[in-house]
Amino acid sequence: MLLIHCPYCGERPEIEFRHKGEAHIVRPENPAVSSDIEWTEFLYFRHNPKGPHAERWYHTHGCGRFFNAQRDTGTDRFLKTYRTDETP
Amino acid sequence: MIQPFRTQIGGLVERWNAIRFTFDGRALIGFKGDTLASALLANGIFLVGRSVKYHRPRGILAAGSEEPNALVRIVRGHGRDTPNLRATQIEIYEGLAAVSQNNFPSLAFDLGAIARLGEKFLLAGFYYKTFMPSLVAWKKLFEPAIRHAAGLGRAPIGEDPDQYANRYAHCDVLIIGAGPAGLAAARAAAATGVRVILCDEQAQMGGSLLADSDTDIEGRPARDWVASLLRDLYRHENIILLPRTTAFGYYADNFVALAERRTDHQSASSYPRERLWQVRAKEVVLATGAIERPLVFPNNDRPGIMLADAARVYLNRYAVRPGTTAIVLAAHDSGYRAALDLHAAGIPIALIADPRETTYNPWVQRAQKAGIRVAAGTEPVNTFGHLRVHTLQTRHGASGTIETHHADLILMAGGWTPTVHLFSQSRGRLRFDEQLGAHVPDISVQRERSAGACRGLFDLNATLEDGHRAGAEAATTSGAASWSHATIPTTIIPIMTGTAALPITGRHAFVDFQNDVTISDIQLALREGFRSVEHVKRYTATGMATDQGKLSNVNTLAVMAQATNRAVADLGLTSFRPPYTPVTFGTLAGLSRGALFDPIRTTPLHTQEAAEGAMFENIGAWKRARYFPKPGEDLHTAVIRECRTVRETVGLFDASTLGKIDVSGPDAALFLDRLYATPLRNLSPGKSRYSIMLTEAGFVMDDGIVARLSETNFHVTTTTGGAARVLAHMEDYLQTEWPWMQVWLTSITEQFAVIALQGPRARDVLQPFLNAIDLASLPHMGVRDFRLCGIPVRLFRVSFTGEIGFEINIPADDGPIVWAQLREAVAGQGGCAYGMETMHVLRAEKGFFIVGQETDGTVIPDDLGFGALGHAKLDFVGKRSLALPHMRAPGRLRLVGLLTEDGTTKLEEGAQITAEARPPPGTKSLGHVTSSYTSAALGRPIALALLANGRTRIGETLNIPMPTGSVVVHVVSPVFIDPEGTRAYG
Repeated sequence: MLLIHCPYCGERPEIEFRHKGEAHIVRPENPAVSSDIEWTEFLYFRHNPKGPHAERWYHTHGCGRFFNAQRDTGTDRFLKTYRTDETP
Repeated sequence: MIQPFRTQIGGLVERWNAIRFTFDGRALIGFKGDTLASALLANGIFLVGRSVKYHRPRGILAAGSEEPNALVRIVRGHGRDTPNLRATQIEIYEGLAAVSQNNFPSLAFDLGAIARLGEKFLLAGFYYKTFMPSLVAWKKLFEPAIRHAAGLGRAPIGEDPDQYANRYAHCDVLIIGAGPAGLAAARAAAATGVRVILCDEQAQMGGSLLADSDTDIEGRPARDWVASLLRDLYRHENIILLPRTTAFGYYADNFVALAERRTDHQSASSYPRERLWQVRAKEVVLATGAIERPLVFPNNDRPGIMLADAARVYLNRYAVRPGTTAIVLAAHDSGYRAALDLHAAGIPIALIADPRETTYNPWVQRAQKAGIRVAAGTEPVNTFGHLRVHTLQTRHGASGTIETHHADLILMAGGWTPTVHLFSQSRGRLRFDEQLGAHVPDISVQRERSAGACRGLFDLNATLEDGHRAGAEAATTSGAASWSHATIPTTIIPIMTGTAALPITGRHAFVDFQNDVTISDIQLALREGFRSVEHVKRYTATGMATDQGKLSNVNTLAVMAQATNRAVADLGLTSFRPPYTPVTFGTLAGLSRGALFDPIRTTPLHTQEAAEGAMFENIGAWKRARYFPKPGEDLHTAVIRECRTVRETVGLFDASTLGKIDVSGPDAALFLDRLYATPLRNLSPGKSRYSIMLTEAGFVMDDGIVARLSETNFHVTTTTGGAARVLAHMEDYLQTEWPWMQVWLTSITEQFAVIALQGPRARDVLQPFLNAIDLASLPHMGVRDFRLCGIPVRLFRVSFTGEIGFEINIPADDGPIVWAQLREAVAGQGGCAYGMETMHVLRAEKGFFIVGQETDGTVIPDDLGFGALGHAKLDFVGKRSLALPHMRAPGRLRLVGLLTEDGTTKLEEGAQITAEARPPPGTKSLGHVTSSYTSAALGRPIALALLANGRTRIGETLNIPMPTGSVVVHVVSPVFIDPEGTRAYG
């Protein structure tokens, strides 16, 4: 079981967290002006790298905060975690 | 009773403490400190089992957890019987009853052994080749027969009555293995003051030192050194010592699982049987030792053929003579050490056959000085003896001379395999060491280090110092101040090397004892084109038994290397997977069984509903009242009565499971307006609105009532199953998309009991409790805080039945009081309590959809008749997606009602809809039934369905093809009663 460093609580076991998909995908400020292509890309298109990947995590059985993480999907190692208002 | 093979002196068993036990019903005596294996050997019993495939007689091969043959069943009665336990690990206790396995009718005369006559047909891949071509014959004929004959042991019958404990632990240094390296590491680590856990799979800590007869460490005999070191360690407060504890799994971030056996060595105990330790260690020291390898030669599996060091352990530690005359096959120097120890104890050594061409070696000299004949360049070629070996044939490699020798004990010293299982589980990379002929740890991935024999050090001096270094280093890295190097002087002769590459040939030369895999099987697999070690493993099943190839993996590689002319290092190695040794289900389950397996959620009104005679059903983790039968009523009649009562008078319903979220803050209205498709910004305080929530992709996700209590405070309800999901969804948008909004979200689901009061007399029931207020002033969808029976309650005027309705939110603890009062008042109006089933029928009659029943993640508001929802709003979650072309394309499934033409058939939920009565195969379904009930109000079955272009099909006649014939249905509006909705507004 991985240890995940919550930026608010410190290291906690994996079972306290939920994975919430790729990070840094911003909802368009005004969706009405997005084209159909732009909108479907925002909805459905995600990176799937082998290697470092920016992800969202939710400390659901802890502080309830969303935060971001850099994780190497090849080794399943967390490289760093940071608050959503921080840059990686 | 005498133990004919017990030595007169020595050993660590308690001779003054005789223990009675039975094996296959035979009464025997051993001593406290014996394992079942050592006690059987002391009684002259060598034959303990039959092999799984050929039912060959098998004896005790090893002295530790690597034992592949001596698997027995321990009989403790019913659910406590345990099969497949290694006799080498079972501590005997008064009354122990052990039974051999895989034989019928008896161990010595086994009918299953006739499988040996056909063993030509049981070669590798036999099952695949013979039976698989005809799958039918396999399933019906062969598989049941083979399953009956095959398999290891018998599973216990009945529930396990024992308790199992679970413990989480954190430490600075976890040391696995309490042999010389582990003990030295523990002493060094504990001295620094950091928190240490030391575990060992054996009952006594000390590992190989417990079988030592002649070494001094730091000036005292090895066993005394162990005892005094352990006494010191027990005095440290910062170290936990766990004997009888197997580290069976090494997972990510130094998370190691240990199984501690607490009572299996006792006749009876009131303690939990086993305890699972889930340890998170800053640093791990692996001191797991090494396992001796058997030699692979024809008929190397007869009872009486044993690992050389195992014989030494039985002699020195357990005071047992494992035979009367011995021959040692020494491909490694450790064979000489065993021979010398046995010789000193008075067991004649007929021969040491060393397949190496030995020139000079102090061990050879010592053996010869003791008068033992050493035959260099000599290898075993065959053995004889049915239930016990009596003859060995050897061949001198250079001259080809065959010699015959007689002995009832043949010892194999094939070199040592470092126990790298846990290192490999930790994802560490291994390297093949040519000199050792085995894999050793190379690159660590986690914060661990190996020490001693498990990394290929077989010299005791080196091992002790390596252990000390590892323990001290681990302590320092984990936070201790500093450490100093230590020398731990011993008196051992330091030379211990060498494994000869044995010529490997012959039938019945077993590589994997437990799965009966021979050299021929591996060669056959190679001939048939299998090259990868992973494929050979799976095809032949070598290394796949419960011992996971502890003895066989390296020999398998050696056979493959020789047959294919490749280097062992190039072959790779199969993966080591947890558990190291089998772990009971009880240990893994711990307390999570029975009522504690899956937590149950009950509402604050559960007791009242049970007293009312409710039949409960599981909705997620919740127990919810399904219906309240009166005497003699079944589900159908009770629901018809409950439905009629609600429509005619009034009903009482427990809605406490609904998710409830308090949304507060200056931006609460804006936030909810963006999250729900339903407009909520303009909602006035004291009013509520039925609201639908979409995913960003535009699909219906949840629905509920949003009530505005004040400018900045909302009480939001969600579906029962959606409570956690909706809160997470809200938090997501609040925290990551609109973090500037000032909104606070609080789950209040469990804070309230909710009683729904529905029906034309609902107001008459409630009014008398609210003397100061006129209920008529509370309009449909109004919300007020009141006092009811002196209890502050939040009253919603809402309806999920189409009747006048109220939902009363009561502080959870006061729920039962209010239920009791209202229940009486409801009875006074001729009403009743109703359950989930009736709730469903009543809402279906009104065409109200249920998220998860009418919706399935592909349904948009327009499909449900909410096409205009949120049109006026600039944006909300999901709005842009509703404008995508495929969301507006024709052919979407729309919610409709269905009435069967015959007026009596109740449709099946999930049934498909077609135009034709007998659609040809491949016909595309037009939709499906989502809800189906018998309506009391209409006196006939009704159904809701999702139907392609459904709204334009109203009035059409379609078919529901069923196995018993097609059911003709008319498509109607989904609202079956009171389409104008006047009743709820009355």
